[in-house]
Amino acid sequence: MADDTAVDTAEDAREEEHKVVPPWDEVAAALVAAFDGAIFHDSHGQPVVYVPREHWAAAALHLRDVERFTTCLDICAVDHLTDADRITVDGVTPERFEIVANFLSHPRNRRIRLIAQVPATDTTIAAVTPIYPGVNLAERETFDLYGITFDGHPDLTRILMPDDWEGHPLRKDDAPARVPVTFKGDPGPR
Amino acid sequence: MADEIETIDVDEELPPPSDGEVDDEVDDGLVDAGDFDAYREDTAEYDRLAAQTDEGAQLLTQHSEIVVTGGPWPELEGESQTMIINMGPQHPSTHGVLRIMMELDGETVVRAKPVIGYLHTGMEKTAEQLTYVQGGTNVTRMDYASPIANEIVFAMAVERLLDVEVPERAQWMRMLLAELSRMASHLLFQATNGMDLGAVSMMLFGWREREETLRVLEKITGLRMNHNFVRPGGLAADLPDGWEDACLDLCDIVERGIGEYDELLTANPIWLERMVGVGVITTEEALALGASGPILRSTGFAWDLRKTQPYLAYDQVDFDVIYTENGDCFDRYRIRLHEIAESMKIVRQCVERMPSGDYRVQDKKVTPPPRARIDESMEALIHHFKLFTEGFRVPAGETYVAVESPRGEIGCYLVSDGTGKPARMHIRGPSFYNLQSMQPMIKDRMVADGVAIVSSVDPIMGEVDR
Amino acid sequence: MGLEAVPYNFLTARLEDVVRWARRNSVMPATFGLACCAIEMMATGAAHYDLARFGMETFRASPRQADLMIVAGRVSQKMAPVLRQVYDQMVEPKWVISMGVCASSGGMFNNYAIVQGVDQIVPVDVYVPGCPPGPETLLHGILTLHQQIKTGDLLKRREASPSGGAGLEIDQRDGTPVDLPTVSARA
Repeated sequence: MADDTAVDTAEDAREEEHKVVPPWDEVAAALVAAFDGAIFHDSHGQPVVYVPREHWAAAALHLRDVERFTTCLDICAVDHLTDADRITVDGVTPERFEIVANFLSHPRNRRIRLIAQVPATDTTIAAVTPIYPGVNLAERETFDLYGITFDGHPDLTRILMPDDWEGHPLRKDDAPARVPVTFKGDPGPR
Repeated sequence: MADEIETIDVDEELPPPSDGEVDDEVDDGLVDAGDFDAYREDTAEYDRLAAQTDEGAQLLTQHSEIVVTGGPWPELEGESQTMIINMGPQHPSTHGVLRIMMELDGETVVRAKPVIGYLHTGMEKTAEQLTYVQGGTNVTRMDYASPIANEIVFAMAVERLLDVEVPERAQWMRMLLAELSRMASHLLFQATNGMDLGAVSMMLFGWREREETLRVLEKITGLRMNHNFVRPGGLAADLPDGWEDACLDLCDIVERGIGEYDELLTANPIWLERMVGVGVITTEEALALGASGPILRSTGFAWDLRKTQPYLAYDQVDFDVIYTENGDCFDRYRIRLHEIAESMKIVRQCVERMPSGDYRVQDKKVTPPPRARIDESMEALIHHFKLFTEGFRVPAGETYVAVESPRGEIGCYLVSDGTGKPARMHIRGPSFYNLQSMQPMIKDRMVADGVAIVSSVDPIMGEVDR
Repeated sequence: MGLEAVPYNFLTARLEDVVRWARRNSVMPATFGLACCAIEMMATGAAHYDLARFGMETFRASPRQADLMIVAGRVSQKMAPVLRQVYDQMVEPKWVISMGVCASSGGMFNNYAIVQGVDQIVPVDVYVPGCPPGPETLLHGILTLHQQIKTGDLLKRREASPSGGAGLEIDQRDGTPVDLPTVSARA
């Protein structure tokens, strides 16, 4: 299991304080073994692997070629700027943005989720589109709404907002989620 | 003519442009019509071609009108005379506001690029402002042809984060509503697909049965569309009296209806001509592009989440997964037609075997108390107040739940931050990914096939653009 | 329109009634279904709630041939210029029904992405509330429009109309303001 590999005294001490969850999912275990810094997390019974940003494309490639995950279902981003509370996973430094990818293996009938932390100062990550062509539009949408740049994407342009829109609306500090409701007969906005 | 022209050394400058005349005798290094025997009057080839006309010997003129003097001439790419046309966003093929830019070579589509965003509603941003009970109103308007599927996936995601177990009656009721919604959506497909391909009366036939389905949905949920009936923890209300007869009568009506569509269309030569072999997609392409639902099942791959990863009570009812081999538009039409029949099977089993019990989880922190209790108990009043003003709080966490909507796998990725409103709610809309599968389908087909292909992909722009 | 030069008298009143009768009994809607309301609009045109009894079942795809634009659904920022373009391409007389709360006021989506009421872009004659409005509600809206056509003037201008419209001033393409004739509203 992953916590048996590469354990030194510093990690031993940390382990006693916080319990590191061993991956009960073989695919997660393989990912944790293959990529340095990948951490497994059990999210309400679903396997999640927190992958460091630099290994993002390699992890997707591993899932496709080795683990037979036929489809990347979805790529989306989460903005944690105004979170009141956030789940903490040991070994993962939380950043403002997270990129989340859900995968499905049809032959093995299993799912897995990969999450990468993306700092607000450097909103770039590798594109998964060259590996799974199905997330082409999803990565464009994430770029459009969050401003995350996907390196290696063939056509990273705005998709949902008009081409001349400025800003990235789904960021917590960008577009308003509630605009003042105007009542036509009323001189001032409500 | 040969007598008057003096020979020119090719290394010298070319003579100044004459008034359009080309000298065949001069080798000026440029290819022109004079190089071909067919255009030289004194050659055998010219005579042969001239003899083929029945108006006597005629002067065969050059094809090209470009003056081959002066220069340098840009390379003329004669092949790529493609034209880019725009289909939508306002067009009569009633699939909402989808815009497709097609590059045409004559009538053949070389490339088609869907441009979306004309219905972008910012629903994911609005979801961050609504409580979890209100979230259903938002989510239900994404795939507005089968709203129950959206509501179910959102409610299931919230329940997973809350770690609550929905009672059995609620599971069966949700399943019943999901199948009724699936029937309504596939009937809408039959109607719009027929109309797009020219069978305009299908619009009226499909809507006739769909009205009956919506009548039953209105009886149960109170609304014809966008019901907001499936809430986290269960449903908004219990089944009304007389629902069994209503459902069974509906099944009889719809069964007659789909028999009519089958008779009208399935063996119809025009229908077959327009649909068979059109828009073929292979399993590898479909899986690579993330397509799911009838598109994937039409390629020969029988993947249905209701069977492979059962949720609600689908593992306790008996139904078949419809799949075909060819991957063309006709197959998708047939799959959706037969899925209506399978949904009716499930509805009939729900009517027979609906368990009794609670229609929502009896957890005071999640479910509002019955209205009568509010007059009796202070605690009930406080709970009611807090639940309807603030909403219940969901502990911090994230989850992804997927169900089988009529269009494929619809998923909800929900991140909560401990407050009464989600931190992030993202819906993985099947049509968003299914639209990508339109591109391999439409390649090297004609424009008219494009309409059939978009119709068979059955996109609902509400969940594409969100 | 040539009739504005004709002086108003007893004979032209009969003619106006005939013209108004013809106009309200042959309204042709333009296909402008955007979202969920489009499904209910199609249901209104279907056999159960029949629009054909008003002569309105032919939804014209080309705006040149349509005189009623039923804006059915939420109008996003990207769609707004398209909406205005289609409205401009329609030939007078033209009417707009704003179907559903999203088209009337932005509905439940008061965020960055949705135009808060389509009357910010085009002048609206009838607002039909509902989310989505059932076919009966839409039919009531259509009948209200028919009533307006019946009682309004031949050269109905929205600002002077009894419903008030949106008070929208629409300039010509070259920027000159529209010179509206004074119309007397009769009972």
